[in-house]
Amino acid sequence: MTPFVLERHVRGSSLIHRLDPRAKVGVALAFILSVAFLPAGAWPAYLLLGALWLAIVLMAELPARLIVARLALTTPFLLSAVPLLVTTPGNARWTLPWGWVITDEGVTRTTSILLRSILSVGMAIVLTATTPTLQLFSSLQALGLPRSMVAIFNLMWRYLFVLVSEAQRLLRARAARSGVLRSTKTNKGRASGGTLAWRARVTGHLAGSLLIRSLERAERTYDAMCARGYDGTVRTLPLPPLSSRQRLLAVGTALGLLLVPWLATILWK
Amino acid sequence: MHHNTVKIEHLSYRYPDGRLALNKVSLRIEAGEKVALIGPNGAGKSTLLLHLNGLLLPQAGSVRVCDIEVTKENVAHVRSAVGLVFQDPNDQLFSPTVFEDIAYGLIYRGLPEPEIRQRVHWALEAVGMGSYAKRVTYHLSLGEKKRIAIATVLPLDPDILVLDEPTAGLDPRARRELIALLDSLPITQLIATHDLALASTLCERTVVMDEGEIVADGPSEVVLAHSDLLLAHGLA
Amino acid sequence: MLASRVAMHIPDGFLSVWLSLALWVSAVVILGYALRRTNRALGERHVPLMGVLSAAIFAGQMLNFSVTGGTSGHLIGAALATALLGPWASIIVMSCVVAVQALVFQDGGLLALGANLVNMAVIGVAVAHFAYTTSQRLFQRKPWMLTASAFVAGWLSVFVASLACALELALSGTSPANIAVPAMAGVHALIGIGEGLITAGALLFVQAVRPDLVQNRASTSSTTGNETRAVWVGGLAIAVILTLIAPWASSHPDGLEWVAEQHGFLGNARGPLYQIIPDYLVPGIADERVATVLAGIIGVVIVSVTAFSVGSSRRRRNTTGDATA
Repeated sequence: MTPFVLERHVRGSSLIHRLDPRAKVGVALAFILSVAFLPAGAWPAYLLLGALWLAIVLMAELPARLIVARLALTTPFLLSAVPLLVTTPGNARWTLPWGWVITDEGVTRTTSILLRSILSVGMAIVLTATTPTLQLFSSLQALGLPRSMVAIFNLMWRYLFVLVSEAQRLLRARAARSGVLRSTKTNKGRASGGTLAWRARVTGHLAGSLLIRSLERAERTYDAMCARGYDGTVRTLPLPPLSSRQRLLAVGTALGLLLVPWLATILWK
Repeated sequence: MHHNTVKIEHLSYRYPDGRLALNKVSLRIEAGEKVALIGPNGAGKSTLLLHLNGLLLPQAGSVRVCDIEVTKENVAHVRSAVGLVFQDPNDQLFSPTVFEDIAYGLIYRGLPEPEIRQRVHWALEAVGMGSYAKRVTYHLSLGEKKRIAIATVLPLDPDILVLDEPTAGLDPRARRELIALLDSLPITQLIATHDLALASTLCERTVVMDEGEIVADGPSEVVLAHSDLLLAHGLA
Repeated sequence: MLASRVAMHIPDGFLSVWLSLALWVSAVVILGYALRRTNRALGERHVPLMGVLSAAIFAGQMLNFSVTGGTSGHLIGAALATALLGPWASIIVMSCVVAVQALVFQDGGLLALGANLVNMAVIGVAVAHFAYTTSQRLFQRKPWMLTASAFVAGWLSVFVASLACALELALSGTSPANIAVPAMAGVHALIGIGEGLITAGALLFVQAVRPDLVQNRASTSSTTGNETRAVWVGGLAIAVILTLIAPWASSHPDGLEWVAEQHGFLGNARGPLYQIIPDYLVPGIADERVATVLAGIIGVVIVSVTAFSVGSSRRRRNTTGDATA
């Protein structure tokens, strides 16, 4: 895993890529909020927001493969909503074996949850696929995140890949010594792999090793920062001002998005 | 002892970012040989070594170690036959004490405790560190760690010892001791190194790699005397 | 490859908006305080230390051991961080990990991030801190004190956090309590064992190699300060409350739904904010099918216009040659 692989789509030149990250974050959050407020079963509203999302995806010129792959990661959690099919009181629709009954309301609720989730995650995917991570962090500053937190995020990002490689090397070293003899007359049937507790303990050793080295690395990083004048206050160059056109676009879109659930609640019975 | 301890045929490997690391590499190593693998940084030496115990699987071509083909299913068996010693001992030594680090592979194999103790003791003696069993690995010097790293793979009775830059970072005395140690082990060895003196002292055969290909393979005294060759491939 | 193996990162769409916002507020307040405390305690070091350690915990979550067949156990790290860094710094570190997982890897939602932070960074750490302090005082002179306290801290931090997660889902009407609670609790009781074992192994390692790094909490409270005491109390309170509510909720799922309904969680739509315009003033679209078709038409128009304009702007860009990667 390298930043190269993770951020391979952020250098595009589409309309969405070129927007100020602060505007993108604002609109994405407004979208997620409006999806969250959608009443269960107000299908036209879901369709509308879905179409809007699709439009944004098209504008961002992102490959479908990427979106689908990242969406797939959230599927395990969707299972937790499935019991709602049978536990929601309402008109019976289908009867399953063992006396479970799927109700209309259950279907409505479960589908609504599924759609809300897909739309929200989908929007988050577009945001991260079109914005370099460091820009995402700095736009959080505009949302009120304290500067020291942004600095912590930036350092974390800097060292993430270094430490992930270290973890991978530790796992490799363990794998290299995890050999199994072919069954011969002398050792036939001997169980290998050690006990579960032992394996967990060894993993603990890997973790302990990684953490100690990281603590020492943190000291070296601090020394390097001091050597370049760090005194505890985080100073950064100011972010360029958000152009009024983009600000207007972002605020307008956000408000428009928030109107959708409101209208849906009034108009949808 | 196998006649063909290592048999690599037309091995190719491309990294995820597109770089071609190995380009149809073929190599054979017989039992008992000590072979040096030299080449500039980025030549593909480490990549080749990682194929020998299945940490990387061949994308094209084949790797056979002691007549076991290196595939996903055989990986555990291959690792029994190959003792791979990494360049940075800090990555290799992950247990609190020396004893536990050396015992890891034996515990994994499921050997009974008395045998484990015996083998650990034997391995420590073989690397000349018999009194180090209870020491905390973390606090040892680089030279001591490198020798312990070798000791971690010995008790598993590998058919071949594969080492990545064993003398890198060592002071002259530690270096001499390490070379003497490797010389004393009768086991087949493949050593990737920049240390040409190591290659000439220890290994009767030298293979030169550059840009993912083998560019020379012959007796050490011949290859290492070929100064034009060495210069052309960043080794002099 | 990087999706969390533990099913505790709640995605968006599963929690009621008001619950999410309430938890967000709690997370912000607690994090803000933790940041100030850490700044005071560690001074200038806190930025590089928190940054590198967050990366370390993130990387540490990749370390695994095989359980059976294809499954493997992984480290989460709240208990381990707390043992080495103390509660406040650990809240920051775990928050960074959870936040980056949500922001960059979509592992957990953005609206739901507040809840995830509270579960994994705050509850996980507070409960672990409580467990350490208590078990170290109880087992003070026993040789296996470290192992035992680490195991308990690791297990409890995972288990109690999962209870909180299940109750949040139940309160939001997403998953009935009598299913969510036992499911989450059951799975995480097992996962917690792995966490406990790994944490114990890690602390044994650190104890052997750098004993100065393991914080000894068996000493009396005079050295630890009132706020850390507060974390201890908080951890105890959270653990007790959740472990009492969970079985109750599990056997009275309707009770929880009744509470949820009273506070407008379910369906999210009937809250007072939205009842501004009474029905009779607006000619509501009575026929559902008309409304759906209308929305569909609008949607198709939006998408087609966008596709067309994107296509033509792209062609324009390619021919004038300013499509730079």
